[in-house]
Amino acid sequence: MNRREFLRATGGFAAGIGALIAVEPASATPAAMQDAIRQVVGSARVSAGRVKLDLPPLSENGNAVPLTVSVESAMTQADHVKAIHVFNEKNPQPDVVSFHLGPRAGRATVSTRIRLADTQTVVAIAELSDGSFWSARAAVVVTLAACLEDA
Amino acid sequence: MASALINVPERAKRGEVVEIKTLVSHVMETGYRRTQLGAPIPRDIVRRFVCTYNGTEVFRAELHPAIAANPFIAFSTVAVESGTLTFQWTGDNGFSVTESARITVE
Repeated sequence: MNRREFLRATGGFAAGIGALIAVEPASATPAAMQDAIRQVVGSARVSAGRVKLDLPPLSENGNAVPLTVSVESAMTQADHVKAIHVFNEKNPQPDVVSFHLGPRAGRATVSTRIRLADTQTVVAIAELSDGSFWSARAAVVVTLAACLEDA
Repeated sequence: MASALINVPERAKRGEVVEIKTLVSHVMETGYRRTQLGAPIPRDIVRRFVCTYNGTEVFRAELHPAIAANPFIAFSTVAVESGTLTFQWTGDNGFSVTESARITVE
């Protein structure tokens, strides 16, 4: 075996280990978030815009970060927001919450309080009645992380 | 013990968009924490929240462990008729809380 073959063989092995590790990450990664988003939107295209994601840029306590999502929509029977999904990059799990609303909501604005385990980007995706998806993202700096501390 | 707080305006004009705020008392244990001895603490969260207006579902949410303890959810609905808004939270370990509020539409 010459040097080139050796490198090729061991390189393949190292890549295999890398793939194994990637299967079970310690926390959700941007890739895991992309997968979670794909599960919700399917093959549809997600465009940026129409969604406003309000999060404090700096959060001292990741255990309760106020979040408000609003979507520009007439909220009529013909044109309304069907759902709003929120995802994060670095918590143990990429999903945060899914809201299902309809024309009877009157206004496409929802608020809640979320946990963030790290400084990261949060993504909100709105599903409209015409089948289109719109998104917004916000970066949050978290000083005290949630989720992983001892009880 | 579990209790919920809801804030719904008592009166509204027909067609007005009213804001509804809800809070339910719950630890929202993520399932990712461990005790000091290293034993994992099992997940115990509220999975689902549904709001019905005179029996018709107007809002629903699916919650994950990333929702803060004592889940707070604010949303809105159009005041279409006088009646009852019912709020139901369901979750792990058979958690279920139901609350309702009256609204008078003029």
